[in-house]
Amino acid sequence: MGSSVTTPPAAPPPAPAPSSPPPAKDAAEGSATWRPVDRIGLAICWALGLLFCAIAVAVVVYLLIQGITYLKPSMLVTPAAAGFSQDESGGFSDAMAGTLIVAVMGISIALPTGVATAVWLVEYGRPIALARIAESTIEAIAGIPSIVLALFGTVIFSSTALGFLSRSSEGVVFGRSFFAASAMLSLVALPLIVASTREGLNSIPRHVREASYAVGKTKAATTRRILLPASRPQVATGAMLGLGRIIGDTAIIVVLLGATQNFAPVEGASFPLNYLRGAGTTLTNFVYEASPTGNLNQPEKAYAAAFVLLLMVLALNAAVDVIHRRARKVGTWSS
Amino acid sequence: LNEEYSPEYGPRWSDQRVERMLGVLVCAVVGLLLAMIVTVFVRAWPSFSHNGLAWFGPGGSVDDQLNAIFLSGQAGAEYVYTFHAWPLIWSTILITGGAILIALFSALFVAVFIVEFAPEWMSNILQPVVRFLASVPSVIYGLIGVVVLVPFIGNHLISEGQKDSVAGVISLTGYSLLAAIVVLTVMIAPLMVSIFSDGLRSVKPGWVEGSLALGVNRWRTTWKIVVRTARPAIVAGTVLATARAIGEAVMLAMISGSVGFAPNPADGLIFIYEPSRPLAPTIVKNIDQLSSPPANATLFAIATVLLFSATLFSLTGWLARRSMRKYGSA
Repeated sequence: MGSSVTTPPAAPPPAPAPSSPPPAKDAAEGSATWRPVDRIGLAICWALGLLFCAIAVAVVVYLLIQGITYLKPSMLVTPAAAGFSQDESGGFSDAMAGTLIVAVMGISIALPTGVATAVWLVEYGRPIALARIAESTIEAIAGIPSIVLALFGTVIFSSTALGFLSRSSEGVVFGRSFFAASAMLSLVALPLIVASTREGLNSIPRHVREASYAVGKTKAATTRRILLPASRPQVATGAMLGLGRIIGDTAIIVVLLGATQNFAPVEGASFPLNYLRGAGTTLTNFVYEASPTGNLNQPEKAYAAAFVLLLMVLALNAAVDVIHRRARKVGTWSS
Repeated sequence: LNEEYSPEYGPRWSDQRVERMLGVLVCAVVGLLLAMIVTVFVRAWPSFSHNGLAWFGPGGSVDDQLNAIFLSGQAGAEYVYTFHAWPLIWSTILITGGAILIALFSALFVAVFIVEFAPEWMSNILQPVVRFLASVPSVIYGLIGVVVLVPFIGNHLISEGQKDSVAGVISLTGYSLLAAIVVLTVMIAPLMVSIFSDGLRSVKPGWVEGSLALGVNRWRTTWKIVVRTARPAIVAGTVLATARAIGEAVMLAMISGSVGFAPNPADGLIFIYEPSRPLAPTIVKNIDQLSSPPANATLFAIATVLLFSATLFSLTGWLARRSMRKYGSA
């Protein structure tokens, strides 16, 4: 793996700087003997590193201040309403619920598909040609702009065959629903889950599989009982990264869920289905529409919603960190 | 654990069966991608066939053309497809290119810093920071761009004289190339940093030690040995980030100015203050027009261009990263 002078890939808790012994690389060589050009380069490194930190801190602090100023608890429980001032126009509870629905539905499509694809690629992968094609397909999906996925979604979900997934009147299928948006969002998360799961499966050494075959397990049973449990941290990391992409995506929501700021349940369907078949909104869509360039133009609400969204992203990041740390405590196969 | 076996028939989830099921699923994913490429292209065909190569060329106002295309979709009128996308393409090239150049420079330095030079506490801070910056939703960057960066550029960086000098052509409000490039750089640089630092880490330590043993200092060793060996990763990261940048729609729709205008570098530095609109935001801004058949074809034509360029870039990046496996110990 990495060289002896590099830092570990996953982030451990910040070390107490002054008391800890200096890392080996600093003991090996300081920059004092370097030529001026090299030292300028190192200074640029420091400056850019600090700039990155400053940008991150600025984003968090700015949204924190704006969020605390404008976020009222009532916004979290009242749906958006039509109104002339920002006091009358309600909150964004529908948007929050929409984000949760989309996240749950999207990940529940993407996770099984992604894990299954990764298992096939790593454990089976024959014929080789198909494996190469599948691999490049996943890479290509990772690179497809979400706005293109959204446009493709309008084609499939407006077809009459899939009319039962959204609102339709007189044979014209509306094509905007939670089903449509979640299905397309799952494609956004898929490559991340596949990549992460593959990494986990690849890190399991061969002898573990051979030991399982030797006691008479089939390949399928080995995968299910040994390999997938062993790569659970990576699967979970992939799922978290995928979730982050799903809740952060705006283009697909704007195109496939609708420009409304409230749930628009379909009449004549039973309870969960009428909402899922109807149009709705999510936090990203709300921020987009409520920003000064959007149709609502309620910047205060946009700050509040963006703050809630940022908290979700921070929570997901923290979850990834926790998973990493736990996985490292358990140790890896090679050590 | 007997539940995997039924007494009469042997393993219930036999290998052949599982392999076939997973294979079918993988084929379905591949098929979906092919279906997507074909569908998008078929939908776009009327727009391409009416314009030919002039589709990519300059000529007239893009916004007027889009409007005419949309209106011709109303009942009774004959469909109009005339569309010359050059201002949109040029804006995409300028914004993406500018952001990639700045991000490449800064991401390379930051990745080298994280992997080789940062003290342990600093890289322990920087790595979560990079991961965080990469995971912030684009709409939040867009919001901050609109409420902080755009007014700052409009009020402080652009002088009144500059505004007056182009008043007859376009109004400078702060929604500009500069704002778009800055925010896009912040969005894609973290992605590049993470791919770059993976590449830098996988360089064999022996090569580094060999160079150090020859008396080359650590800084030069890093640039001459580590960075050169990790070149495929640097190409891969740059190309993948380009794919991401080309497809960025919502953030750019918010801060690029949303005017079908081609800023001209020949006008001097003022061009970075001019508004424009890249390809992807054009789809977002005109999404209401999907119901009009000619507008539908035009938007899908834009999507085709995005799809092909982004796929090309991401496959190039994938190939570059594969070639990386030849080196390194990873």
